[in-house]
Amino acid sequence: MAQQTAAKEPTIEQIAEQKIYKQFGVSDSEYALICEFLGRQPNYTEIGVFSVMWSEHCAYKNSKPLLRRFPTTGPRVLMGPGEGAGIVDIGDNQAVVFKIESHNHPSAVEPYQGAATGVGGIIRDIFSMGSRPIALLNSLRFGRLENDRVRYLFEHVVSGIAGYGNCIGIPTVAGEVMFDESYEGNPLVNAMCVGLIDHDQIQRGVAKGVGNPVFYVGPATGRDGIHGATFASEDLTAESEAKRSAVQVGDPFMEKLVMEATLELIASGIVLGIQDMGAAGLTCSSSEMASKAGNGMELYLDEVPQREEGMTAYEMMLSESQERMLFVTEPKHEEQARAIFARWGLDCHKVGKVTDDGRLRLFHKGEVVGDMPVKALVDDCPVYDKPSKVPDYYLKNGSIDTNRYEQAIDLNDALQKVLGSPSLASKEWVYSQYDYQVRTSTAVVPGSDAAVVTIRGTRKALAMTTDCNGRYVYLDPEVGGRIAVAEAARNIVCSGGEPLAITDNLNFGSPEKPEVFWQMEKAVDGMAEACRFLETPVIGGNVSLYNENAKGAIYPTPVVGMVGLVEDIDHITTQDFKAEGDVIFLLGETKAEIGGSEFQYAVHGLTEGRPPELDLAVEQRLLKSVLGAIRKGLVASAHDLSEGGLAAAIAESGFGRGLGATVDFATNLRPDLALFSESQSRILLSTKPEKAEALAAFLAESGVPVQRLGTVGGEQLTISINGHIAIQAPLNEFRMPWKEAIPCRMQ
Amino acid sequence: MKFAVLVFPGSNCDIDMLKAVEDVVRQPVDYVWHTATDLSDYDAILVPGGFSYGDYLRCGAIARFAPVMAEVRKAAEKGKFILGVCNGFQILTEAGLLPGALIRNNSLKFRCHPVDLRVENAGTAFTNDYEKGEVVRIPIAHGEGNFYCDDETLARLKANNQIVFRYAGENPNGSVDNIAGICNEAGNVVGMMPHPERAVSDLLGSADGARMFKSALQAFVSQAASAR
Repeated sequence: MAQQTAAKEPTIEQIAEQKIYKQFGVSDSEYALICEFLGRQPNYTEIGVFSVMWSEHCAYKNSKPLLRRFPTTGPRVLMGPGEGAGIVDIGDNQAVVFKIESHNHPSAVEPYQGAATGVGGIIRDIFSMGSRPIALLNSLRFGRLENDRVRYLFEHVVSGIAGYGNCIGIPTVAGEVMFDESYEGNPLVNAMCVGLIDHDQIQRGVAKGVGNPVFYVGPATGRDGIHGATFASEDLTAESEAKRSAVQVGDPFMEKLVMEATLELIASGIVLGIQDMGAAGLTCSSSEMASKAGNGMELYLDEVPQREEGMTAYEMMLSESQERMLFVTEPKHEEQARAIFARWGLDCHKVGKVTDDGRLRLFHKGEVVGDMPVKALVDDCPVYDKPSKVPDYYLKNGSIDTNRYEQAIDLNDALQKVLGSPSLASKEWVYSQYDYQVRTSTAVVPGSDAAVVTIRGTRKALAMTTDCNGRYVYLDPEVGGRIAVAEAARNIVCSGGEPLAITDNLNFGSPEKPEVFWQMEKAVDGMAEACRFLETPVIGGNVSLYNENAKGAIYPTPVVGMVGLVEDIDHITTQDFKAEGDVIFLLGETKAEIGGSEFQYAVHGLTEGRPPELDLAVEQRLLKSVLGAIRKGLVASAHDLSEGGLAAAIAESGFGRGLGATVDFATNLRPDLALFSESQSRILLSTKPEKAEALAAFLAESGVPVQRLGTVGGEQLTISINGHIAIQAPLNEFRMPWKEAIPCRMQ
Repeated sequence: MKFAVLVFPGSNCDIDMLKAVEDVVRQPVDYVWHTATDLSDYDAILVPGGFSYGDYLRCGAIARFAPVMAEVRKAAEKGKFILGVCNGFQILTEAGLLPGALIRNNSLKFRCHPVDLRVENAGTAFTNDYEKGEVVRIPIAHGEGNFYCDDETLARLKANNQIVFRYAGENPNGSVDNIAGICNEAGNVVGMMPHPERAVSDLLGSADGARMFKSALQAFVSQAASAR
């Protein structure tokens, strides 16, 4: 955005006559409504403030009716959606705080800073609740790595995440990365942060106590990130590149200082309300804090520290300069607050006052430059029920027979192709750039089904994962949404945890398209149903719409971030086979389900048909029995069957310790379909031979279909179907394509 | 035996270092702020990893000017035990307490993973619990851990037995002569890129690093005994 001075700002009349508000994504009817709320026409600062507060990013105006469908309460939920992050009880006066957020559009134009500030923003959401951040996760989607621009985005997004997380000293412990043409030009960068808190330390973003001072802490406000929230709420186009200045610049060192000082401030007990300045910066934090208290707020913009000269009220209110916080305390605690920040080398500035009139009033250079009802800004944005239409592709896919492909005969080759597909391949190239061990609590490092982080001073640990298969959701949004939740739960259980709750990041195309809105509706329905069934309520999340490129919308990708509680560190389980001679079991039923599979994509070059089915009752039974078996100490390894099916799961389980396996799978399916089907609700377990019978008996009792497949050991991987060898080669011949897929493409 | 863990703005392995002392040797340990001007109470000074001052100028280049560093220098002269890990190692080289410098990894990427280290000098205050030649597993996590020194310095390091650890497997960062850790001539100041405080229990994947803290306690106890 061009540097503006007060003199160049459009007048009230120009805004109305030239419909300048449209550039900010405000429609004619919304403009009329704003005039009604104000009782007059808005000036430039006011229309700017309204436009960001009424953007999809802040107001969820297109998604609110859908979000209401999610279950958001439960016996353990201490705080649901609405605050910086949701909070779940884990016993002993402790709770876990977590949230996921997207930074897709900034990362598409400026990948390093876009990703870095995405991480910085989600960390602030966690510590502004009074919680100590203990882990970071991310969920990334890119186009195919054969494309130069995609490689550039991938490389810099990863290094942006690393640059921020490593410096601030919070381990990046888990995540997922998938590659598909659908994300070309519009990558997805979702970052999640998990924190710990004692119940009595929980903070809210509330401007309490009329007359109390409002303080600003953090670096000075600059012209960066102006209209970031609006930018995030429109399609990416060729002009997006020109909006590079809508992307903020991160300073993780500054955030480290702000984080430590803020946690110290909160622990001192003098904070009445605190909120970070994230999307829509000063505008959003001030109006939301006032709104939650039913109060108003005055802001004295001359007191806001400014990085550049001649900043206008408009620019200060809309800047998304990073690492800033707003808090309210009583006047008598002002000195104590200043002393805490001074110790960390930070200043805090009194920039406002809590009032009782429900107005957000802005003063600049001796004049009132904005005067708006807080309620109109925060609560009164119109909510739209968008039209929805079943897409043609969905109808067409219903009649596609995904078993019609010619039978794959060379199954060694097929397994190598599937394992060597970048979506499924080892992500070591990515996670070795992340410090996943700082804070020395990471018990399960990246690469297994879920990461596990221990809680010091207890026997407990937290398992955490992010999951979503966009292909499934594309092919059938409702089933795909259900699977996203179920797969996350399966990953948590395979790591020894009990699923607690989820945070979701709904990444979709433009809601103006009825077909996209249909995808949103159905995906949300599927997720909500699974959340209710598996008792994992949604405690917060983020919506990212308008993820489109020249070719159309991305695959609908509602990413699920799930956290589970591991009751005792002895229950921590990984996917790796542990020892020669261990016995391998397959739980669950394998059907001929190839639609949306990695096999279909990597071997046949297609994504079509219907995705695998998912029966939530079956899933729940499976999860309960596997967690039960783990808690009884009957399990040596557990691995969820997902992309790549049974064949990939057996191979992956062996890679960690270089252990081959000899298995024989009894089935009436065609071998290629049996090995690569992605039927849901299946888990691969291994156990010590002396425990095999006890495990089999325990599982049989729980009513889960079980098949004893074979044993761990040797350097060969041999998979037979009904006694006939289907796959056989040294394990390393499968490991190499899996290990080298990404590094080779990134050289 | 009393330990100090220094805290600079941007230190982030301070908590890990403190926990390691508490868990492994169960001795008194304090965080000591970068502005401290008296370290006389402490028997060992641990300079933790992180990104002091954001590492914005050059790793460790600003931290060396912190008031506490004058005290660290005095402590080193008195023969107190000083260990710098990762950013702490960078700070000690910038402060001139250890020779050489740490430059960008030759891969130009941050690298985080376990590495195998060969113990080259088991005589220092922090390595007496190991055997010379023993291979131990300790993780690295750094973007600028490529140890560099000129040939003359390298010759001196070798002659004085100042190379404490070498990478036993792949050299992860391009360090001269596979050097992962060094000490000063007296052997009381040790700096290393790998993180022993991250390898103090099987749950963390390795307990090999715990022996560095045990070494310090043993060295202190025998020093005290011989002084008596």
